[in-house]
Amino acid sequence: MNSLTYTVIFYLFAAITVFSAAFVVFSRNVIYSAFSLLFTFFGVAALYVFLSADFIAVTQVVVYVGGILVLLLFGVMFTKGIMDTEVKSDVLHIIPGTLILAGIIGALLYTFYTTHTWKPSETQLHGSLVERIGFETVSHYVLPFEMVSILLLAALIGAAFLARFDKPDNKNS
Amino acid sequence: MEHLVPIGLNHYLTISAFLLGFGLFAVMTRKNAIVVLMGVELILNAANINFIAFSKYNGGMGGIMFSLFVIVIAAAEAAIALAIVINIFKIFKSVDVSSIDSMKE
Repeated sequence: MNSLTYTVIFYLFAAITVFSAAFVVFSRNVIYSAFSLLFTFFGVAALYVFLSADFIAVTQVVVYVGGILVLLLFGVMFTKGIMDTEVKSDVLHIIPGTLILAGIIGALLYTFYTTHTWKPSETQLHGSLVERIGFETVSHYVLPFEMVSILLLAALIGAAFLARFDKPDNKNS
Repeated sequence: MEHLVPIGLNHYLTISAFLLGFGLFAVMTRKNAIVVLMGVELILNAANINFIAFSKYNGGMGGIMFSLFVIVIAAAEAAIALAIVINIFKIFKSVDVSSIDSMKE
């Protein structure tokens, strides 16, 4: 790929990610925040493609956009009317929050850009990683894989149990 | 200007730092519990970008695999947290995290 095109596309997706993340945080309407989070997730998925982690990018789109974002939207709509004025959310601790925001970003960027230059490995990852992810999953990472699957099953059963609607006749169950 | 052109590790770390800062800001300052959850998702995404960027420039598979597990944990966390938020709304008729101050009805 042409280097200039590559750079321009990277900066485009980086800008989409950062600005929509800022809009998630600074928008007062929860619905707008949720839809802006959609663009953040897509931007992050595009960055994963730049980092040659194509499988992770597809997983990001499927899990975050298809699952978590829909879940968050359901949460918004279950708890408020969609175009209610109540859907606006107030802020508190705005001064210490801004200080922490500026402090964290400033300190991290200062550290990244002033300490030293990174030394990338000679054997960087290139191309598609789907096959290597498959091998790693069933060789080195088979125990975490099984554990996380059981955790996910338990968490989803627990979530369905917690969020169920009570029948009026057995309140104390 | 010369450090802008070849896309390196610092670019990804910069994006990740911004996402972490915005996520922390949302967790600290918003009163709506759902926006707080969105902030947590932003923080997890920032961590994932760091994992995958370091994994790419290091050449190992550890960061890639760890980011997969982070995505799974984030899905479980979102499901449980939304269930808890809906229960809180049923009891307190509000999702304002600064007004929920009792453990018992």
